[in-house]
Amino acid sequence: MTNYEIRKDFPIFDGDKIAYLDSGATTQRPKQVIEAVDNFYRTANANPHRGAYELSIEATNIYENARKKVASFINSPSPEQIIFTRNSSESLNLIAYSYGLNNLKKDDKIVISIMEHHSNLVPWQFVSKKCGCLLEYMYVNEEGLLTDEEIEKKIVPGVKIVGITQISNVLGTINDVKKIVKKAHEVGAIVVVDGAQSVPHIKTDVQDLDCDFLVFSGHKMLSPLGIGVLYGKKELLNKMDPFLFGGDMIEYVYEQETTFAPLPAKFEAGTQNVGGAVGLAAAIDYINSIGMDTIKEIEEELTKYLFDELSKLDFVTIYGPKDLSKKAGVISFNINGVHPHDVASVLDSVGVCVRSGNHCAQPLLRSMDIDSTVRASLYMYNTKEDIDKLINGLNKTYDMFKKWIKK
Amino acid sequence: MDNLESMYTDIIMEQSTATYNKHELDNKTDSEHGHNPSCGDDITLEIIMDGDKISDLAFTGHGCAISQASTSIMIDVLKGKSKDEALKMISIFLKMVKREEVSEEELDSIEDARALQNISNMPARVKCAELAWYTMEKLLEKN
Repeated sequence: MTNYEIRKDFPIFDGDKIAYLDSGATTQRPKQVIEAVDNFYRTANANPHRGAYELSIEATNIYENARKKVASFINSPSPEQIIFTRNSSESLNLIAYSYGLNNLKKDDKIVISIMEHHSNLVPWQFVSKKCGCLLEYMYVNEEGLLTDEEIEKKIVPGVKIVGITQISNVLGTINDVKKIVKKAHEVGAIVVVDGAQSVPHIKTDVQDLDCDFLVFSGHKMLSPLGIGVLYGKKELLNKMDPFLFGGDMIEYVYEQETTFAPLPAKFEAGTQNVGGAVGLAAAIDYINSIGMDTIKEIEEELTKYLFDELSKLDFVTIYGPKDLSKKAGVISFNINGVHPHDVASVLDSVGVCVRSGNHCAQPLLRSMDIDSTVRASLYMYNTKEDIDKLINGLNKTYDMFKKWIKK
Repeated sequence: MDNLESMYTDIIMEQSTATYNKHELDNKTDSEHGHNPSCGDDITLEIIMDGDKISDLAFTGHGCAISQASTSIMIDVLKGKSKDEALKMISIFLKMVKREEVSEEELDSIEDARALQNISNMPARVKCAELAWYTMEKLLEKN
């Protein structure tokens, strides 16, 4: 399948009115996903795990089959290691509360990269303050890459948790997570991998990575909003306290005591988002029908085209890796002297959707001495024409602003 | 004229890069910091109050063209006004950019700040225009 064929499956692109270059924020949904969710609510909706009637059992089966599909998608050894959450942020909070608060002691160290999204940063600040531990950062070099020296220098004995994004949502940097995991395990730390920007785009195998936790969001991979995933190693998940308490996560409840359900139910209090899980399963089917290799090829070709075309604009500064083998389809840039929000408004006027701002990564931008950037991020349905529209829009922006730009 | 051109007018562009209001005040009597966490726009207003009167006003910080222009224009129109006059103008300005009903006389009363009226056509940018005015409101309420 080509990106042009894929694009036809996405109703939002009917009429080709927009160049959607903000998939790093959330992707669009193909009709197969929308129809699967619609079909669930029309034909199979009931509260899972509760009713003794056929419809509820069907809803339960659909929900648990979605879990199996997710497990197989990231090569989890078993489906019960897949916990459904609302999104990556909730998954990361679950780890911070249930693992972090209970396992860290005074003077232990948490190490994360400066590239982390606030959702893999702020929870660790909270844990480090509560436990009296130290939060340290692995910094990137001028190309936005984590060097081996930096990894070796920061991941040392005393470090108990390492948090790392597999792909930076600002710079597109692809981190060598496998190497980081290996190093962390050598010093006895566990590794939390933020897969929000990677799982939708590159083949992710949790057993090959050997990571202890991996989180990702459905909505960044063609699924409905409000469904996310936490994968964890079984021995860790089993030892952890529940995060949220309530219905469906218990075994026996007495007036003063409760015993909890086994995995995965222990971490899924309350009525689950079956509709979201159905959508995520349909999204995985869709992604598998295209093939991760094809998706990667399409994105690599587009990333190169985007990078090359942006590089031709002498009024633009591009941030992050120049070596495209280390860069995913996420490119941050600025028109020199023009604020990203103004750029985004002009682009909006020509139907180009980009993100502008600090991308929930203030410490990274501060470390690079910039306030904000424009970010274009790609997915399998983008085309060279989308990128051409962006480039034309950037030229228009520059023409509008150039006489006002202070050198 | 489309929304874009009606927003990025010459007066807005000129004020967005103007520097005559952008500095610290030596004898400031008070200051207030304003920040839009979602976009990173960040300004600090410094004021010299002479009794009830705003005798000087200036700002430092950074942000998009709209936020910078709005701040600079606000300083132009509020300087020399009394606290009550200024608060009234702020309230009219905020109503104007949110597309709430404002009379022709009210629009006249905010002088050059009227130039930002068309921002109300671009909901995504209203908060850029509001930042300085909300910050100023907080600053005046303390004084």
